[in-house]
Amino acid sequence: MGPAVTLVKDSPPAARGTRSAASATGRRPGRRRENLAGYLFMSPWIAGFLLLTAGPMAASLYFAFTDYNLFNTPKWVGFDNFTQMFDDPRWQRSVEVTAKYVVIGTPLKLLLALGVAMLLAQSRRGQAFYRAAFYAPSLIGASVSVGFVWRSLFSDGAIVDRTQTFFGWHVGGWVGNADWVLYCLVALTVWQFGAPMVIFLAGLKQVPRELYEAAEMDGAGPLRRFWNITLPMISPVLFFNVLLETIHSFQIFGSAYVVSNATCGPADATLVYTCYLYQQGFQNARMGFAAAMAWMLLLAVALVTAVLFWSQKKWVHYEEDAR
Amino acid sequence: MSATTTRPPLLSRRRTGSLGWHLGALAILAVILYPVVWVIGASFKPSKDIINSLRLFPSHPILSNFKGLADGIADISIWTFFQNSLFYAVGAVVGVLVSCSLTAYAFARIRFAGRNLLFSLMIGTLLLPYHVLLIPQYVMFQKLGWINTYVPLLIGKYLATEAFFVFLMVQFMRNLPRELDEAARLDGCGHFRIYWSIVLPLCRPALITSAIFTFINAWNDFMGPLIYLNEPGKYTVSLGLMMFRDSDGVAANYGGMIAMSLVALLPVLLFFLAFQRYLIDGMATSGLKG
Repeated sequence: MGPAVTLVKDSPPAARGTRSAASATGRRPGRRRENLAGYLFMSPWIAGFLLLTAGPMAASLYFAFTDYNLFNTPKWVGFDNFTQMFDDPRWQRSVEVTAKYVVIGTPLKLLLALGVAMLLAQSRRGQAFYRAAFYAPSLIGASVSVGFVWRSLFSDGAIVDRTQTFFGWHVGGWVGNADWVLYCLVALTVWQFGAPMVIFLAGLKQVPRELYEAAEMDGAGPLRRFWNITLPMISPVLFFNVLLETIHSFQIFGSAYVVSNATCGPADATLVYTCYLYQQGFQNARMGFAAAMAWMLLLAVALVTAVLFWSQKKWVHYEEDAR
Repeated sequence: MSATTTRPPLLSRRRTGSLGWHLGALAILAVILYPVVWVIGASFKPSKDIINSLRLFPSHPILSNFKGLADGIADISIWTFFQNSLFYAVGAVVGVLVSCSLTAYAFARIRFAGRNLLFSLMIGTLLLPYHVLLIPQYVMFQKLGWINTYVPLLIGKYLATEAFFVFLMVQFMRNLPRELDEAARLDGCGHFRIYWSIVLPLCRPALITSAIFTFINAWNDFMGPLIYLNEPGKYTVSLGLMMFRDSDGVAANYGGMIAMSLVALLPVLLFFLAFQRYLIDGMATSGLKG
């Protein structure tokens, strides 16, 4: 350690000067050594990829076409799992619940994240404090504790019920109400807007201020500046957030499970896709059916990802070299 | 939100500092923090008041909810759950730090054949829904006799399957000056020396970020323990908490449940207070490079 560091500290120009020589002489004969070193360093990841990702994916695809309860030998049934799935009203329900959750929750969360990020970006004073405070829910939101808190806050006679009643709209507790309970989960995900907000804020900081000054001199109003400067400039960050949040919310499990008290109810109103997958796979031991469900989820997520990547050509602007 | 778009220049140099700005931020803060403050107050209330009393803090705070925790639940000490969670979280942190940093070093600093392909595969796993792997992994771990142990929960952490952290570290390592490697190489250092003595120490911020996120994720993890652990003595805090609920959802010991919820949140909140800069900066850069 010692010599390497001191060499660099003492004589950066020398180190720089020998750089090309080093790469010319050092690399050629070491090609195979470099390959070996690369794969040696990568070996944990490669093992993990083969044993925990690629292998299981293939196995999952196979199980999807079998009848398998963990103790029998998997029996090939062709597309039976899929046809049963499409005819299954509870599966349809789970798709509907999840779609609603994704389509309502994700845009709300991202709009709030962007709005608050823009609010915070206006003032340096206090920004770090608010940024940290708004971020905190993203760290604890997935915990069982917060699930219990949510269940309590949205019960009959608790704060949400009383506030709503105060405004003359009596619904009762949301957790017991099949029409409202999903919005309780939506509220929980929107509450965690801090993570995408932090990313938006970092993106907003990179927008050159001259652009705004120039636009202002040209008489562009705030809406125009937002539409023509802010939005294009942060579009890569927006794309990143939309992609990750959407994929993430397809996979909601813990909060639905805890808030519904492990029932995914009432009346299957919080039967999100993964909860149904869990019930079929681990409570009914229908591993084949659950694997088929998982592959449908993968296809849905892949489709959404593909559409987003395809659409980014139209609305995401990448700077050639931002720095 | 509309207020933000109508305000004069975004990112204004003039310190807006106006009353309106702070009022807006404070209003959001109040809503955001309400659940956290609520759970603190509620844990000092008698069970029957927890839901129905609108006062955030009781006029006569009681400690019996916390004292009750000392008795444990279903003959299992609360401390057992905490030990289990701590074991899981620390084990996960060690695994992620070692395996992800080795992998990241290879991606960032070694030119080997197939690197770009493997890197794309790694990014691909970042977007892969975990549930596709759930069933076959369970089947595999069941055949290996690893159900009801921590191996299924931890093995992935030691095999760098946490692609997000690999990605984070790769981004960080790529920004370290190449001259360092070249100089060290002239001195006869091999890759392992460079990794251990030069790159790792310089990567401390990325390592700290990864460590804290890993700890918190493991601490909060619910699905993994739910699927793989089935003996209450091995439960983590998340599963232990679930033991407080009754089938009708109204826990007999509601106060105990809320007190335990608060205690379970404390490690995460403390980590956050101590390291929030690392967490937030880590999040922010991940998005910028994406």
